[in-house]
Amino acid sequence: MLSAPILISAIVNGLLTGSIYALVALGLTLIYGVLHIINFAHGALLSAALFAAFFVYQKAGIDPYLAIFLLAPAFFGLGYALQCLVIGPASRGDERAMLLATLGLAVLIENALLYAFRADTRTIDLPYAFKTVDLAFTFVAVPRLISFAVVFVVALALWLIMTLTDTGKAIRAVAKEKLGAELAGIDVTHIYAMTFGLGTACVAIAACLLIPTYYVNPSAGNAFVLIAFTIVVLGGMGSVPGALIGGLVIGVVESLGGFFFGESLGQAGIFLIFIAVLLIRPRGLFGATA
Amino acid sequence: MKSFLPIVIVVAALAAVPLVVQSNVVLNFLIVALMIALAGQGWNILGGYGGQYSFGHAAFFGTGAYTTAILQVHYGVNAWLGFLAGVVAGSAVGGVIGGLAFRAGLRSSYFALVTLAFAEVLRIFASVAPITGAGVGLLIKLDLHPQAFQFRSRAIFYLIILALVAVSLIIAQALERSRFGVWLVAVRENEDAAMALGVNATAIKIAAMVISAAVTAAAGCFYVQYFLFVDAPIGYGAWISIEALLTPIIGGAGTVFGALVGALVVKSIGEGAKFLTGDIPGLDLMTFGAVLVLVIAFAPRGLVGTLIDAREALARRFVSSRKIAEGTARG
Repeated sequence: MLSAPILISAIVNGLLTGSIYALVALGLTLIYGVLHIINFAHGALLSAALFAAFFVYQKAGIDPYLAIFLLAPAFFGLGYALQCLVIGPASRGDERAMLLATLGLAVLIENALLYAFRADTRTIDLPYAFKTVDLAFTFVAVPRLISFAVVFVVALALWLIMTLTDTGKAIRAVAKEKLGAELAGIDVTHIYAMTFGLGTACVAIAACLLIPTYYVNPSAGNAFVLIAFTIVVLGGMGSVPGALIGGLVIGVVESLGGFFFGESLGQAGIFLIFIAVLLIRPRGLFGATA
Repeated sequence: MKSFLPIVIVVAALAAVPLVVQSNVVLNFLIVALMIALAGQGWNILGGYGGQYSFGHAAFFGTGAYTTAILQVHYGVNAWLGFLAGVVAGSAVGGVIGGLAFRAGLRSSYFALVTLAFAEVLRIFASVAPITGAGVGLLIKLDLHPQAFQFRSRAIFYLIILALVAVSLIIAQALERSRFGVWLVAVRENEDAAMALGVNATAIKIAAMVISAAVTAAAGCFYVQYFLFVDAPIGYGAWISIEALLTPIIGGAGTVFGALVGALVVKSIGEGAKFLTGDIPGLDLMTFGAVLVLVIAFAPRGLVGTLIDAREALARRFVSSRKIAEGTARG
């Protein structure tokens, strides 16, 4: 039963799934790096984005991969508005209040989706959803391969934004030293909102990559975000390479864990890793300071 | 003893309710609201007074509920003893999680995450382990006798949960007036400064978590005796973590009556929302989310906290206007 090809395909599939985890975690780590809070609304926003991708395909017939160009800017705007109009003013800079505000938004969004669309699980049928390619050593589903590529393009784009643009430099400045950045004339409120927008855009892209092979219901996003929490902690909160590598590692761990111990215990394994990392090395594998 | 007077008055007033109201619907509403108030008061001790925001108090609620149920169903233990054991087990889980998290120096976001993760791990194990009835859950046999902690009349259940809430109010009041409570608030306000003054912050936080977990576990034990059923989504589900946190935040975190006021308000809003638009899933929680954001924005100290602030502001104005009057009289 335990033959090499099966093991290899489990690892490859884990890597491919892990890339989407990495993208969700990327948004989370970006927000943490700058605002120093865990965005508990991340999962609810992912569910909302999954619904958006679903309806864009269902009603307008737009292919999910093309919908990225529509939904990423839309969710960037949504994230910007949420931080600028709700989370920021409600919390007045207090860390605990910010945590609660994102939790309140999470409960609000998730249950608004439940109210509007009920708990039904929906899926879309794409002609190419079950096509596979032969990679010589294993077969891989086409949508997974596409999402793997897209994630790396997004990560690269994000890295370019962060290193080359003025906004990126301002974001990094605020993350390092908020007061100093403010004194240097950087509009911190705007940078907070930009960061929240970028993090939310990551979630929208992840949703477009997920919808061809995954399902959507009002709590669909939560499963990913709990995993993303683990990745962010594992990779070091605020660390972008940490989120990418952590995502791939967790993808493989889950795939192998599910392979050896069954699906639900594989999930418990992820949480146990999570707790262990939090307790033993809370700054993560790549984080500079806790 | 004077400081306990408000508790006596409030509890006495609530205890008189079954004399006036016999409606099962109203009593059921109040029983559930008081149960949430008890769970919330547990959260309040750690989160309100200690400033440590747990997002996973379901870990204690569920442990209390499951311990009570498992002892009765699998081992034939008396329900009252099961109830006590549930509270002890809940506080033990609190001690373990608190010990691990606080010794590792986890604060704010990290603490919220680790408590959430523990609750999730327990939920996953409870949904597969045979001893918890796995996906089916545990059903306690119907046995309507006082020695089995089951009663024909809802009024008795009501008085029992009211007594438990009264104990939790007394714990909070005693905390406010104790040295331990002052240390706990000092840790909330500025942990590093408190430590510099010789407060053992880690030990204080762990102790607060043990008390907090015991109170929330008691709510879980009561739940399982009242509904005679528990499964993983109920016991360890996110709903109870959220409601335990929501009630004191809305009512007033770090105040004696915050959780009680918050629970009555939250449950009234929930029922009101259902009444207005019919029982559509999601609506009550949706309003809770909105109320949470609104309270943080406009009444960050909660309803009770805002009232206390207003009273103090009024008292100050009264004193200062009297001083001005005295000054003009003298001048």
